[in-house]
Parts: sequence; structure tokens; C-alpha cells
Amino acid sequence: MSVVSPAPPLRLKESYLSVSFTIRSWLLSTDHKRIGILYLLSITALFLFGGAAAVAMRVELMTPQADVVRAEVYNRMFTVHGVIMVWFFLIPSIPAVLGNFLIPLMIGARDLAFPKLNLASWYVFMAGAAFTLWAIVRGGVDTGWTFYTPYSSTYSNSYVMLTATGIFITGFSSIFTGLNFIVTIHTMRAPGLQWFRLPLFVWSLYATSLILVLATPVLAISLGLIALERLFGFGIYDPNKGGDPLLFQHLFWFYSHPAVYIMILPGMGVVSETIACFSRKAVFGYKVVAMSSLAIAVLGFLVWGHHMFVSGQSTYAGLVFSLLSFLVAIPSAIKTFNWTATLYKGQITFATPMLYALGFIGLFTIGGLTGLVLASLAVDVHVHDTYFVVAHFHYIMVGGMVMAYLGGIHFWWPKMTGRMYPEGWARFSAILVFVGFNLTFFPQFLLGYLGMPRRYHTYPAEFQVLNVMSTAGASILGVGYLFPLTYLLWSLRYGPRAESNPWNATGLEWQTPSPPPTYNFKETPVVTEGPYHYETGE
Amino acid sequence: MDSHADHAVRRYFGIFAALLVLLVITVGAAYVHLGAANIVVALVIAVVKASLVAWVFMHLRSSTPIVILFALGGVFWLVILILLTAADFLAR
Repeated sequence: MSVVSPAPPLRLKESYLSVSFTIRSWLLSTDHKRIGILYLLSITALFLFGGAAAVAMRVELMTPQADVVRAEVYNRMFTVHGVIMVWFFLIPSIPAVLGNFLIPLMIGARDLAFPKLNLASWYVFMAGAAFTLWAIVRGGVDTGWTFYTPYSSTYSNSYVMLTATGIFITGFSSIFTGLNFIVTIHTMRAPGLQWFRLPLFVWSLYATSLILVLATPVLAISLGLIALERLFGFGIYDPNKGGDPLLFQHLFWFYSHPAVYIMILPGMGVVSETIACFSRKAVFGYKVVAMSSLAIAVLGFLVWGHHMFVSGQSTYAGLVFSLLSFLVAIPSAIKTFNWTATLYKGQITFATPMLYALGFIGLFTIGGLTGLVLASLAVDVHVHDTYFVVAHFHYIMVGGMVMAYLGGIHFWWPKMTGRMYPEGWARFSAILVFVGFNLTFFPQFLLGYLGMPRRYHTYPAEFQVLNVMSTAGASILGVGYLFPLTYLLWSLRYGPRAESNPWNATGLEWQTPSPPPTYNFKETPVVTEGPYHYETGE
Repeated sequence: MDSHADHAVRRYFGIFAALLVLLVITVGAAYVHLGAANIVVALVIAVVKASLVAWVFMHLRSSTPIVILFALGGVFWLVILILLTAADFLAR
């Protein structure tokens, strides 16, 4: 934990945190770092809210019969969980918190290209969240997070339009963020920072931003068309009026499948950074890993029909989408193999971020390979809409993205706050999260394969053992999440002060004090080499 | 500078007038029975209108090549959306 190039000791008032302490200075700040912290606070609160809905579901599922909630309430619970976790936690998680905080630091810039747009994105996000929460308080939605027609149109009996409006609004905050990142990465790189000297985290967020900008408008369109049908009687999705119900699924998944990559690509960026740092090695095959992010972003747009294999889509389209879905596994596999190759002969230390990164590799691999199972046309007929699907995407979203997010938060916590977290507690909870996660979701693969459908609050008695295991795992997972919440808050006051580069990492963000001054660098850094000069640099 | 600004304003009003003319043609064409060609005519006019808006109102005509490339990227993604949806719809 020695410092290679100690930055000059920082007088406290220079840091972005101590420029001003008023609430107004936070709410009107255009500093990308402060906006990142605003997002961090907001999405943490929303994560707890979405998590509470999951707890309610897992409690209900401890016994085969209904004992805590009615079917209607259960439907609203899983819809709340999905809507909040997808749009108000996972999509903004790494991009809006870590991306906002780190991209300008990593490319040697003073801020993002459009600081006011950045602040606006947070307000728009909060407005969308407020709409959605209002809809939930008034009675909720029972369509599932997918809003499939006709549940959301002809036969809707819940607050669909209010929730959809919230998501529609939030979409604009995604577009603002994506646009800001693209322009920033194109135009504000420090002198000498060529494209192939960018950290892989920046590459992954560049790819993510392309998806945010290209896909999100289609979500707005698909929800907007529901509004047109419901309010003005246009025949868009209703076959009685000449519409096509499958059109909704096409439009929705044209956004929502790439959205899965919005949720996982930034996690891959975090893992690339941590694996390199804690193996003391350059990432194996840097250019290929960078390009695989772009390949995932592009190919990710060509696979949406694999959500529709059993919904009446033509067999020909099913074949095409199945084949394309197999293709998108290739760049993901490239990344996984290259991280493993990076570990080879590395000087590995098991610090907390590294534990999360290693967990990510294992869990993402399981999630990815079961994705191939689901992409196979015939097998999908058996497991479609069962717990197998639930387990699969939670291995990607929670086992992958949430692990990477927590790993990233730990890795850059000293930079963000200027304080070290307690390493022992952090390692303990990383292991707790890993164990709890697997105990929660591995039984769900078995349940799905045995035929338990998703989205039911009752089930046959023979499924109880596996469901109890899953609920037990969820409680461990919950505790595993509460630990970091507690000790990270504790560290803000009692944690030891962090040096500018506590991990001995390469990367421009470590060459400025922790926490950084408002404009990040006293002098614009000049870059002369690639991002991971670990072997030669130390 | 003034004459330059006047010129720009004249151009914007010219495009606005063109868009209104195209709107009238769209409405008029809807009353002429052309069979399947009706939808083609309507879509062609819509594409022309969208292109005028992008090219002039959204300043693509004076933008750098990379901005134009990104705009074309948006068009390409629209083609992906229509093409793969058609792969289902036309093969049902």
C-alpha cells in the first residue's frame, strides 16, 4: 500500500467535497463528481425500495400456499421490483454514478462536455422516479416490468400510464447521460490520450452510451404508442382495430434487450480495471477487449427476438434471432477469456474489489452460458417463463452487474470520499454476497428446469425445499448488502484518510488527490503511454 | 453579419413553407386511391420532410463529418428495427 508518486498534500478546502457545504451547492452543482454522488444517494434509496419488494416476494414463496399477499398484490410486488431495479437502479448504477465521477478524471478533463445537461439529467431522473413512486403508492401496476399488451392496454386495471410516464421521463435522463459521455470522450481527452490509450472502463462506457442514445428513444416510442391507443383509440397493438400485439414486444425488446447490455457493459469495464490493478498486469489483449465492447453494443441490437420464441413470432424469425443470439456470446467470451489470461502469472492480491471482480467472472459465465441454453429454440419452449429465466438474468444482473458495481464502489471509494473502508469487513461481506447470491438463485435454475413458472405466488408442494433455500439465500444476500451500506457510511467519519493512489494503480484518476479538487487536475496531464503499464511502471 | 442572419432566417422560412406544402400533398394523396402505393407515397413524403428537418433545422448541412456519420448511424439503426421486425411479420 505504498504510494508510487505521492501527490502534494491537499489542503482540505481544495477538494470538491469541501468547496461548499450548503444543500444549495449540491443541488445546483454542475461538478460531475457531485452529480455522481447525487446519483449514488438516489439510486441507493431506490435499490432499498426495490429490494424490499423482493423481500416480500421471497417471504411469500417460503410456503406453497398464499399466506402473506393475494395474487393481485404479488403481481404488483414483482412489477415494482422489476421496474425499480431495471430503470431506477441498474441502468443508472455504474454509468451515472461511477461513469459520471470517473470519465473526466480518467481522460484528464475538467468536467463532462455539458455540465448543465448532466445536472438536468439528475433532475429528470428524479422527476421520473417521483412519477413512478406516485403510481406505486396509488396502487401500483400489475403488468410486470415488461408492460406487455394487452395487459397494459385493453385489459389494464392498474396505474399503467402513470408508471409508463415515469419511465418515459427517466429515459431522457439516460439519453442526456449517454450523449454527454459520447461527446466528452470524443472531444475532451487529454493531450496524448489516443483512443487506444483509453482505460477499458471508458471504452465500455462509450459502448454503453451508444446503446443509451440509440435504444432509449424506441422505449419512449413503444410506451407512447400505448398512450395513443388507450387515450385516442388508435389501432396499434389491438388486433380488433387492425393493430398487432406482437409489435409491442418487438418495439419493447428492441430497447430492452440492448438495455441488458447497458446494464452489463459498464460492469465489464469495472472488472477490467480491477483485474489489471490487483494482478499487477496489463489487460491481456487490450484492443480486442476494447473492440468486444463495441461488438456487444452492435450485436446486442440484433437479438431481441429471442424473447419471443413462444409468443407467436414466425419460425423463420426465431431461427434468425437464435443464430444472432449465439453470435453475441462471442465478444462476451473473449472478455472472460482475456480476464482469465490477465490473471495468469499475475501478482494477485485478494483485496475487496478483486473479490467482487473474481465473483463477477464466475457468475457472469454461468449467467452467459445459461443464456445460450435459452437462445436454443427447442429448449426455450421448455424453460420459457420459468424460474430458469429468472435465475439466468439474475446471474447477469445481480451476479454480474451488482457485484461489479459494489466492486467499483469499493475500488474508487478512497478517490470519491478521501477515506479508506475497513478491509476486513469489506472482504467478509463480499464473500457473504457471493454465498447468499448463489444460494438464492442457483435453486431457481433447478426450479425452472423442473417446470415452476415465474410470476406465481403459489406452487406445488414438491417445490418447497428449493424455494426455502432460495429465501434463506436472499436473507444472507440482504445482510451482505446492509454491511457495505453500514461500514461505508462509517468510513466517511472514521475511516483512515486515503492517499491519492492507495492501490498503486495506473490511470489518470489516481494521479490527482483523493478526493479530487473541483476541476480535477491542477495542470492538464499529458499522456505518453497506454493505460495499464503495470509490469514496467512499478 | 446582418445579411448573413437574414439569409438564415429566409432559409428557415423557406424550409417551413416546403414542409407545409409537403403536408398538403400528404393529405391530398390520402384522398387519391392508389391501393398499396398510398402507403409508399406517404412514407416517401415523410422521409423527405424528416431529411429537410435534419439537414437544415438540425444543422447537419454545416456539421462535421463525424456528426453526419452519427446521424446516419441513427438511420441505420432504424433500418435494423424495421428489417428484423419484418423478418417476423412477413414470414408469419
